[in-house]
Amino acid sequence: MIKVLFFASFREQLNCEQLSLEEGEYSALLSELKRQLAEKGDAWREVMMSDRTLVAINQNMTRQDVTLRSGDEVAFFPPVTGG
Amino acid sequence: MNDEQLLRYSRQIMLPQIDIEGQERLLEARVLILGLGGLGCPAAQYLAAAGVGQMVLVDPDTVDTTNLQRQLLYSSLDQGTPKAEAAKNRLSAINGGVEFEVVEDRLEGEALFEQVSKATVVLDCTDNFSSRFAINAACVRAGVPLVSGAAIRLNGQLSVYDRRQPDAPCYRCLYDEQSNESLSCSESGVLGPVVGTIGTMQALETIKLITGFGKTLHGRLMIFDAMTMEWQKMGLQADPDCPVCGHDR
Repeated sequence: MIKVLFFASFREQLNCEQLSLEEGEYSALLSELKRQLAEKGDAWREVMMSDRTLVAINQNMTRQDVTLRSGDEVAFFPPVTGG
Repeated sequence: MNDEQLLRYSRQIMLPQIDIEGQERLLEARVLILGLGGLGCPAAQYLAAAGVGQMVLVDPDTVDTTNLQRQLLYSSLDQGTPKAEAAKNRLSAINGGVEFEVVEDRLEGEALFEQVSKATVVLDCTDNFSSRFAINAACVRAGVPLVSGAAIRLNGQLSVYDRRQPDAPCYRCLYDEQSNESLSCSESGVLGPVVGTIGTMQALETIKLITGFGKTLHGRLMIFDAMTMEWQKMGLQADPDCPVCGHDR
């Protein structure tokens, strides 16, 4: 099982804080998981397909495509630039 | 330090983490603050009060009515005044011992690099990606630590990019330069205490970098959500392929 978490404005945008995906319900690669989640609707597509969306695997930021393993925690959160 | 300074800074000198030595480091430090909006105001206010010796205040904008809800260095009377000048006036009143340099322009290219090179610590308090990438590149080139804060709506992000540390990541390791579309406060809104919280923490990290106590946010990205009052802490590693800092490893 993997946990997929959404932070900050993504929670309201997707109306979702967390998903738990069982073995067989999620793709092996992060890029595939993003494509899979993008199919859940327009808001999801916007979040998952944006190159500005930040991703952390097990509380570590990543910009690489990685293989997901059972027990992983994948977190998505929006970029922030204002000041 | 003279008696007036010993008294003025006594409450922080009392802390073993600051002590006389830390206060002397603050008095000798030169801090570059880029952007004097919702982040820059509290950051500059705390750093001036703490006795940072020299502060360079940079902002190309003038004070506008819509700034007053969150940019607490300015009053209604400052509307139309350049922010850097209005900030200097207010900060001088808070602490006349600080030496100020004012830049009422956007610092770019070599002028930016020159100011960054002279600084002990740089604070990125700007509101757009292009300034942030330029500031990061100058800090990497000059090897000067960068305290980077950002806030929008009810969210904030904060980190320290300290090139003096081995394998330090830079801002470009976190954000891709294709991410050029920025969310601005004028379009998305922001709540004063949210941006104020991040700016205040930028001042705190700056004091730590100058005095050398504690563990800074080097290698960590803090993500603040005011909706739930939650902080997330994410590890941030250097990207070996980073076009800004990767090639010199």
